[in-house]
Amino acid sequence: MSYVRLVNVTKRFGDVTAVDNLNFEIGKGECFSMLGPSGCGKTTTLRMVAGFEDLSDGEVWVGDNLMSSPRKNHYLPPEKRNFGMVFQAFAVWPHMSVYDNVAFPLQIRKLPKSEIEQRTTDALKATNLLSAANESPDFLSGGGKQRVALARALAINPDVMLLDEPLSSLDPHLREEMRFEIKELQQKYGFSIIYVTHDQSEAMALSDRIMVMKLGVMQQIDTPLNIYNHPANQFVFSFIGLSNFLNVVWRDGKLYLKGEGDKLAMPDELVPPEDLKGEPELSLASRPSEINFTSMTDPEALHGVVSRKAFLGEIIDYQIKAGEQTLRVQKGRRDPGPEAGENCAVHFERPFWYKGHAK
Amino acid sequence: MSTSSIKTKSSIGVGQIILFLSVAILVIVVAFPVLLILFNAFWVEGHFNLKNVIEVLSEPDTFKALKNSLIIATGTTIGSTIVGTFFAWLVTRTDLPHKTFMKSMFLVPFMLPSFIGAMAWKMLLSPNAGFINQFFIHHLGFTGPVFNIYSYLGISTVEVMYLFPFVFIQVCGALERMDPTLEESARISGAGLLTITRKITIPLVLPSIMSGALLIMLYSMAHFGTVAVLGIENGIYNIPTLIYERIHQSGGSFASIRTGTVLATVLVISAAIIIWAQRTILGKGHYQIIGGKSFRPMELKLRGLRMPLMIFCLAYIAFTIVLPTVVIFLVGGLKTYGLSFTPENLSLDNYKFILFEYQVTRDAIFNSVTLGFSAAIITMFAGVMISYVIVKMKVRGKGILEFLGMLPFSVPGSVIALGVILAWSGKFGINLYNTVWIILLAYIARYMAFSLKANSAALEQVHDSLVEAARSCGATMWQSLKDIVIPLVRPGMLAAFFLIFLPSLRELTVSIMLYAPTTRTIGVAIYTLNEDGETVISAALAGIALIIIIVGQTIINHFTKKEGA
Repeated sequence: MSYVRLVNVTKRFGDVTAVDNLNFEIGKGECFSMLGPSGCGKTTTLRMVAGFEDLSDGEVWVGDNLMSSPRKNHYLPPEKRNFGMVFQAFAVWPHMSVYDNVAFPLQIRKLPKSEIEQRTTDALKATNLLSAANESPDFLSGGGKQRVALARALAINPDVMLLDEPLSSLDPHLREEMRFEIKELQQKYGFSIIYVTHDQSEAMALSDRIMVMKLGVMQQIDTPLNIYNHPANQFVFSFIGLSNFLNVVWRDGKLYLKGEGDKLAMPDELVPPEDLKGEPELSLASRPSEINFTSMTDPEALHGVVSRKAFLGEIIDYQIKAGEQTLRVQKGRRDPGPEAGENCAVHFERPFWYKGHAK
Repeated sequence: MSTSSIKTKSSIGVGQIILFLSVAILVIVVAFPVLLILFNAFWVEGHFNLKNVIEVLSEPDTFKALKNSLIIATGTTIGSTIVGTFFAWLVTRTDLPHKTFMKSMFLVPFMLPSFIGAMAWKMLLSPNAGFINQFFIHHLGFTGPVFNIYSYLGISTVEVMYLFPFVFIQVCGALERMDPTLEESARISGAGLLTITRKITIPLVLPSIMSGALLIMLYSMAHFGTVAVLGIENGIYNIPTLIYERIHQSGGSFASIRTGTVLATVLVISAAIIIWAQRTILGKGHYQIIGGKSFRPMELKLRGLRMPLMIFCLAYIAFTIVLPTVVIFLVGGLKTYGLSFTPENLSLDNYKFILFEYQVTRDAIFNSVTLGFSAAIITMFAGVMISYVIVKMKVRGKGILEFLGMLPFSVPGSVIALGVILAWSGKFGINLYNTVWIILLAYIARYMAFSLKANSAALEQVHDSLVEAARSCGATMWQSLKDIVIPLVRPGMLAAFFLIFLPSLRELTVSIMLYAPTTRTIGVAIYTLNEDGETVISAALAGIALIIIIVGQTIINHFTKKEGA
């Protein structure tokens, strides 16, 4: 059941299209992440949902209520949208105590005193801040400040929580801890989350569905598992997890590795799917952990030389030179692989083929 | 072995020379005169005497001057804070049209000398002869003046026009640097823009407002020019004008010096209290409001008020900046003061006269330029050296150096002038009184703080490892200073030079206490000519001064923009 709905949402800054014709729906209680490199339009999209940016075109709906629509000249200001929002830089007010920070949205709504007290205390309890209630947030750590921001957003019991890179100002170990705290709070209160991040593992761990964006354009919307296992294009493949790309070309009905003279033929058995056979330029994508060393006589194997071998603890990292292109392979330390300088043959466990060469 | 020990010795040698010179300069130029004031105030006939201090303070004239200083400073502070905060909010947080233009215009009063402004307002609003008052009486049938500029309100209003940028610039800075999500999170919490302004924005920038307000208080308490031009007519003296009047009239008698030192002590103490209050506010209430990602802060849509407020701002600029400037130039072109501004009465004769014929004004321009240039050069180099000791050298007691260097920043000009009179009038073997050298010494003392600030900021950017790298390449201490440090702090030195050269061209407070017939500066010449009734000549010289200042400032802006890019 869809709850938040974006229809043809577009945002232009002058000549630049920051967000291009975006359509998606988010269910009640769902955690939806927008993932992409900086400048991909994810934060702008979130700010349009929040009401901090006008839309250039399209509509934003929450339930049956229209939030923004430039065509209908309709715009609900952020303070009327009843969202909870957490920002990257915490944005807790240093001139108010922790308690006053959290109580602020309730006071604005002019709720009865006893209710304000009850709900503020509940939100502080849920975020483990009750003991710091009367302190100034200046004395809290980054994680503490972000809890205050979370509690403040929780206090109004929002249906939708907007999180704008809430963890990127925190230390790495705190980041992981807070990730699960947010997830627990969501399960307890049942709000929907729209989460903006550039960190793919964060998006994977938290989300029911992920949207990957690039230069304002949606690339793929799917569950974390499907995005990892079936990336829609080269960009998604390279943005999620470690990746290898080998560029290949067709010549006389045979595949060759791209390079000087395109001399190195690909193994006969390693073939792209039918629908890509007409393409003059292809790339073969693979994950370093999904490449195996095999015997030199394997008909599906690609031959190369180990140019570097590095022991990283649990895994061993190989760099393989195939023609002029390199391939990264990661294997567990228990499988003895070839040594640096040796010839080797590799087999692709799950090869993906994409149109066009990777850069 | 032996060579290395020689090297260490020689490097300590350079350090010691620098340290010694720094301490010597600050003690002789800054500390000695100020200490003499305190000593003379409390030490009467060979012993400590507090009763005498109280007697001096309770004389009707001195008591009144204290009261006046306080009244004028309070009025000026309140007015400037309101005006400065309001305009800062308008240009940073609303959709007012032409905001960048307005912002640069609101900063113009910073470079205009307020005593020239006061002269202009005297011409416009003096009760009987002021152009505006006359216009209302003759053409609109008013029976009396619409506004009397010779009053507390008049003096404070003129001071507000020239001092409000202190608050404006501080609040603008705070509002621009403030993390917009602090306001956005209040908005998403359900608060409207007015509630956010009241409960979030204003409290967060309050420390900046207060700190600007205290600077204005400090400046206004010790301000000479405006009160001298507008107050004396109606018997309104404040502390600096009374000190000047006493010393000037009595030709430096013992009684007048005593009154002067006691009043100066009051100024020093109130300045110390104000500086202390400012530090406390900035230290305690200094919120971390600078954010990570920066988005445009939201702008309040003024809607129906947009045009009226823009017209209001333009009218303010026209009335407080353009009108006085135009009046100065027009009066400077009149044959005699009192004639109407018709083409046949206006000419460039006065300007030609002061630039090419009149010895007094030609001397004044020459004196101001040479004094300003020398003071700026000397203070710039001394400032680099002392800042180096403070920022880079690990010596004991450098806190005292820092304190000594910043002392003149809180010590008003009239106090410094009185201090150098006490120190260099022959009492201690050197008599520089009535020469340009005493003015030069006073300028150096007065502007040392500017130079230290600019140079310390530049030096802090030069990481120690840069010097260490030079030393490890074989450079001596002296070579690494010459080849590494000095080139890197050159922008700071240049900034210091201009920060001193330009203000010293229009300096009045210090020079007026120290001038002799042949050592008038531009400021002194404008002021004394005006007092002597040579209004048109004085206005013409003021016009020339304004041109020099505006041209100079434009050149600096051009340079600093280049350095920044």
